[in-house]
This record gives sequence, structure tokens and C-alpha cells, in this order.
Amino acid sequence: MAAVILSARGLTRHFGGLKAVDEVDLDLGAGDIHALIGPNGAGKTTFVSLLAGRIQAQAGSVTLAGRDITRLRAHARVRAGLAYTFQITSIYPRLSVFDNAALAAQRGNPPDLRAATMAALSRTGLESRAQQVAGTLSYGHQRLLEITMGLALSPRVLILDEPTQGLAASEIEGFKALVRGLAPATTVLLIEHNMEVVMDLADRITVLNFGRRLATGTPAEIRADPAVQAAYLGTPHAAA
Amino acid sequence: MTRALGLHLAVIAALLVAGFVLPAYHHTNVARIMVMAVFAMGYNIAYGTTGLLSLGHALFFAAGMYATGLGISLLAVPTGPALALGVVAGAAMACAVGLLALRTGGVSFMIVTLMFAQAGYLTLLYFGPVTGGDEGFVLDRATRAVGPLDLSADMPRYFAALALFAVALLGHLALTRSAFGRSMVAMRENEERSRMLGYNPFAVELAALTLSGAYAGAAGAAFAVMFGYVGASFAGVQYSILPLLYVLVGGAGTILGPFIGALVMFYLIDLSSLVTTATLFVTGAALLLIVVFAPRGILGAIRERWAPWLP
Repeated sequence: MAAVILSARGLTRHFGGLKAVDEVDLDLGAGDIHALIGPNGAGKTTFVSLLAGRIQAQAGSVTLAGRDITRLRAHARVRAGLAYTFQITSIYPRLSVFDNAALAAQRGNPPDLRAATMAALSRTGLESRAQQVAGTLSYGHQRLLEITMGLALSPRVLILDEPTQGLAASEIEGFKALVRGLAPATTVLLIEHNMEVVMDLADRITVLNFGRRLATGTPAEIRADPAVQAAYLGTPHAAA
Repeated sequence: MTRALGLHLAVIAALLVAGFVLPAYHHTNVARIMVMAVFAMGYNIAYGTTGLLSLGHALFFAAGMYATGLGISLLAVPTGPALALGVVAGAAMACAVGLLALRTGGVSFMIVTLMFAQAGYLTLLYFGPVTGGDEGFVLDRATRAVGPLDLSADMPRYFAALALFAVALLGHLALTRSAFGRSMVAMRENEERSRMLGYNPFAVELAALTLSGAYAGAAGAAFAVMFGYVGASFAGVQYSILPLLYVLVGGAGTILGPFIGALVMFYLIDLSSLVTTATLFVTGAALLLIVVFAPRGILGAIRERWAPWLP
């Protein structure tokens, strides 16, 4: 594995009696595409929210490129290079597609904001819709706009929370090519339910179950892991 | 893009011409409207652009008015620097209120700003021997001049008001088109998304409120010198509602909306007072019509239907 860019140690968040995330460790190799999978309710979104600082961790630490960012608030973590795209599409529906992307692109103070914004939009094929009001885009295009905003931040680590949800099959192919093209500059942490996408894209996979880490490995290792099969993919006996 | 700049320059030019042709009564009215429009533009920066619904802007207006008025009458500060002092006072007051009030949001923010403004109003009354209490005080005519310009005289007053208005209007336009203006809009539209783009909502909103306070303070300071009177009634709740009213009528978030709102409301009350004493009824009816038929205000409706390029 390449040098570690993002690492979590013992991250914990309980909601009352529910151990949503319980002492989870994770290491992201720089330039990797790392998938985070697990059944519904396994704690995936809570875990990445802890990484991004949207939810405060009760215990544990997060390190980005050697710097401890545990105490940084969400916006400061984004500035440190950790971008997050929402599971439930969160754009500026009343602003133009251009303004949505520009709000992300202008964070880096590019000399030519218009050019930088259009370049970001062309990566996801939205450049022809720049003047459209974002709320009138189709759902799939709104997802792509969400990803555009994440990319336009030029992050070191990009967390994508169920990015292909609601995308058409043809759009998923484009998305896979897009994510592959991000390496090695950007490391990707991908929460995804679509196993084809995960197996195609991921260099490594971490499986969460009941708020705990079940396994980490290459796609082949994860496929072969009996504990993962039992918990998540279903055991051969399940059909009987 | 240049279309928008052209329109705003044309409005300034039209007001310049009006300064030479308007009859005396309307001459004074329009000067007053331009100063109040600057106040409303400040309100628009907070509410229309950034989405901060404040009910305490009278405090920032009064801070500017009293800093300038007391500076001149009590401390014998020359009028020019006293006006600058008013701008600083408005901004500083807004910043101080923001530091506390921006910890809240939505309805709580409205209530907290309202309470601060009321506290300010009562403070002015409490220190009556210095502030003149609810009677206020009149500025000596001799002190109402900046250099050779006697701002108590009609012509210099009108053009000084126009100069302030023009700077405020073009500043507002430039702000809206800037990256910072876009980040202010982002707070209004989706704060959580903005946070996850690396914006610190507290910092952006505090900057917006401070700028808004500077506009309000400038308007208060100009009002004191141009019309020669400083009084606690300007710190009352009605002076927090007025700019909100102007902005709603003209079109929240539009650049010319605050001016149009101030102009329309001023003359609506002025003209209706010729036929009835129930001017508040006319105001209420106008508000009702706006809310029902043009909820985005006059300019907001025009932008929606005919001119999407309007800033």
C-alpha cells in the first residue's frame, strides 16, 4: 500500500444505546480508491461524517497527511483538503449550475474563476448546462453537480457518499471513468451499494457491520472472506 | 453584464438631472429617500443577500447618527471626520451585535437583534442629559458643512445625498458580483452545503452584517448632518421595520430594490395623506398586495418575468 494520507484511530460515536460507530480504524493509501461497504445501518455515513467533522467524535482521532485534524471543525477540514459529497443531494437549487460550481472553485482563488469553473463542469459533462438553474436539473445531473463541487475543491481526499445512487447505467460508466482519472492526485473514499461499481473501482475495501470494522482488503480478499460473506454478501446456505 | 452596470449608471444620471429640475418640495423628499435607500441597501446586504433577517437595524442607523451628532456637538469633531466616525460606529455596533446574535439563527436571530436594538433605544433615553432623550437635539447650522459645502442648503444636500447613494449603489453591485458576494448568497441558500465547501458561516455572516452596519451607520450619519436633527425615535423599532419594508416592496436581493421600495413607500404615504389620515391602512394594503401578487417585490417580479439579467 502507498503512503497513508488519511488515517482514523478508534473513532467512536454512540447515539444513546446505539453504537453507530465503535472504535473503527481506517488507513487510506495516497492515490487509492478505497470503498466502504456494509449493510444498511452499518454506520458508513456516520463514520464518514466523523471523518469530515460533520458529527463530533466521542473518542478517537483523525490524521490527514500527518496532521491531526480531530479538533478541526468541518469547514476547516475541508480547507485542509478533505472534501465531502452528500448522500442526499445538497446543492444550491435556486442558483445557476455555474454559481454552484464557482462556489467550490473560488475556494482555491484561481486567477480566472470563470475558466476554472467551466473546467470543473466539463469534467462531469455539465458545461453546456452552466446557465441552467440547478434545481431544474434531472436528479442524475444534480448528483453529477454534487460531485463537480467536490472535485472543484481540488481535495487531497474526496469522500463520495453513494455517488451513483439514481444515476442511469450510461452515467455510471462515465462516473467510473471519472473516478479512475482522479488518481493519483486525489484519494477517494467511496461509500457505495452498487457492488459492480465497488469491485470495478476499488483498490481496497473496508467492510463495516454494526458499527465495527469487519474486514479490510483487496476486492479478491473481501470476496473470499467468510465473515464478510456471512454478514453482508449472504452465505451459500442462505438460499437453502 | 454591462447592461446591468449601464442601468445603474442611468439611474444615478437620472437622479443627477432630477436634482436640477425637481420642485423644492420633491427635491428635499428625494434627498431624504436617497439617504434612506442607503440604509435599506445595508439591510438588503444582510437580509436580501445573506438571508439574515434582522429586526435591529435601527440600532446601527442610530449608532451612526449619534456618533456623528455627538461627535460634532459634544466633542467638536470636524464634520467630515464625524461622518466617517458614524460609518465606523455603525459597522462596529453591527459587528458587536453579530458576535453574539450570530450564534443563533432564524427566529432566535430576529428576537436577539430586536432585543439589542431595544436595549440601545432605552440606553439613549437613560442617558438623556447627554443624548437629549426622546427630544433629541438639533445640530447647529454652522456645523453642518463639509469644507465649502453647506449641507443644510438644498442643492449641496441633494448632491451630497446623491454622491453617497451612488457610492453605496455601485458598491452593492460590485459586492454582489464578487466572489465574496457569491459566498454571502451561499449562506442564504444552503448553509450546510457551504460549510462542506470550506466556508465558515459565522465568519461570512459576521462580515456581511458588519458591512450592512456600515451602510446603516453611513445613512444615519448623513441624516444627522443633512437634516440637522438627532433623536432617539430613530433608534425605535419602527426604524428597524422601515428598511425591511423597503426591501420587501422593492425586491429582496436586488440592487435597485431598496431604492425603489423607499421611493414607492415614501410617496405612497405622502400622496395618501392628502386624502386620508389613515396612511397606515394604505401602507398595510400595499404590503398585502405585494405579498399576494409579487412576493419577490417589485423588482423581483420584473426580474422573474421579463429581465432575468437584473442583478
